[in-house]
Amino acid sequence: MAFKGQIIIDTERCKGCGVCVPVCPMKCIALSKNVNGKGYNYTETVNDSCIGCASCAMVCPDGVISVYKKKI
Amino acid sequence: MNQDIEARKQELLKEGYEEVYTRTKVLTDAVMHYCPGCGHGTTHRLIAEVIDEMGIQDNVVGVSPVGCSVLAYNYFDVDFQEAAHGRAPAVATAIKRLNPDTFVFTYQGDGDLAAIGTAETIHAANRGENMTMIFVNNGIYGMTGGQMAPTTLVGMRSATTPYGRRVDLNGYPLRMTELLSTLPGTYYVTRQSVQNPAAVRKAKAAIRKAFENQRR
Repeated sequence: MAFKGQIIIDTERCKGCGVCVPVCPMKCIALSKNVNGKGYNYTETVNDSCIGCASCAMVCPDGVISVYKKKI
Repeated sequence: MNQDIEARKQELLKEGYEEVYTRTKVLTDAVMHYCPGCGHGTTHRLIAEVIDEMGIQDNVVGVSPVGCSVLAYNYFDVDFQEAAHGRAPAVATAIKRLNPDTFVFTYQGDGDLAAIGTAETIHAANRGENMTMIFVNNGIYGMTGGQMAPTTLVGMRSATTPYGRRVDLNGYPLRMTELLSTLPGTYYVTRQSVQNPAAVRKAKAAIRKAFENQRR
């Protein structure tokens, strides 16, 4: 049984602390080169290997990440 | 922007995805003023999620301290009372005794709970007041610029101990968890961390247990 996940990041609320980057087991999150309205480098997904484990959402201090997953 | 995100969430649900995690409604939409990556945000989220899961949003009163988290009442969609510096346990005692069926929690940092409010903390714990105290300990006075606090670890650098805390000069750090665990009035004392996903899940279980213990 495998899962395919999707995360939705509220980029305007993201402060770019990068706490979610090292905790992702599939290395599918990275800091963007672009900045949001407040000047922070927000996080973005860089590949589609997400498994929906919600580790990133667990450590996000501002709760900007929503996690969805489905069986494949 | 917000509508875009809601629309994308609905799209995913239609595609057969199930929701694993989303921001709880007990937190307000205000953007937190904490520094990027600060554990205050995580702790706020955990408390809000526990309140949400227990379904006690209309029956909980929080007491916010003085310090970085002085504006905590802006971020929780529950009743809140601001207390004088360090006196949150005293205020919470009154709230709990007058409203025994209400869930009461204090949210305090180490400058508040372990420095100026040590007497209130220890006596409230020793009286066995039926309330939850959330103690966020970062080891320094973060709001005023990183000076040494009573809980600063030995050898830890801060603005006022630039070469590390020395035992012969500054004394030993105050270990609140161990101190309170020796008192007969305390029911549940635990030390948790929010530094990685596993620790966050454990901390959430601990907060849940602390709130459950308030049920009579």
